[in-house]
Amino acid sequence: MSQQAHHPNRCVILDHQFPSRARELGPTRAMTRMALNNHGWRSDIVEDIVLAIDEACQNIIRHAYHGECQDPIMLHIELNNDVLVIVLEDRAPTVGPDCMTPRALDDIRPGGLGCHFMRQVMDSVSIGPSPTGQGNILRMIKSVS
Amino acid sequence: MEHHIFETQGYHIVTLTGEIDLETSPQARKILLHRVDLSTKLLIDMASVTYIDSSGIATLVEVFQRAKKKGNVVAFICLNPAVMRVLTLARLDKVFVIHADIESAIHAEP
Repeated sequence: MSQQAHHPNRCVILDHQFPSRARELGPTRAMTRMALNNHGWRSDIVEDIVLAIDEACQNIIRHAYHGECQDPIMLHIELNNDVLVIVLEDRAPTVGPDCMTPRALDDIRPGGLGCHFMRQVMDSVSIGPSPTGQGNILRMIKSVS
Repeated sequence: MEHHIFETQGYHIVTLTGEIDLETSPQARKILLHRVDLSTKLLIDMASVTYIDSSGIATLVEVFQRAKKKGNVVAFICLNPAVMRVLTLARLDKVFVIHADIESAIHAEP
């Protein structure tokens, strides 16, 4: 029996691996947008999810890998009983949970908004070390019922 | 991202088109900061910007702050709901002067 038969309400929306480079983000957004649009969600909800994924990828490039490189970013999106689960994995050195702390918005200055955007548009955002022993796993969850 | 620049009625108008993200925001930053140094009245027309992320927002904040520091006028044209959504998430819709089009921006000048 296939794995899908055990999880009738679970479907994989997108699996995408790409090098940690800024020029990959545009095509990744387009691919994500197209995959999410297949599910008939409102366009503003889709754009919020695309923004959160884009910001997460940026954080990996800038703060986990400390700049562009050929090392991978792995994006996995699945729908599980009306809950969208987004997992982003890298192979960078482990980062602490403090890296996901948003800054105060009253302080108007450039930078530091990515984590704020992710937390605003998703129901939950968490980060931890990869079970493989190298890298980080960022998990974002949003109810789309 | 593409851009073009023109001057009318004392304003320097920078029109940005396309997506402002981690890849293109350095280019946008260079264009806009240069223009802030050349003009006392700057309009940043983002009506044809289809996407902006936190790096693009950081650029806009830097330009806004430099203009303010110099005592210059800076305003934004923005119609795209996706871009307005990001400005609102950053609470910059309460900070930036945002108009629907170039004409209303020019006529709104105090």
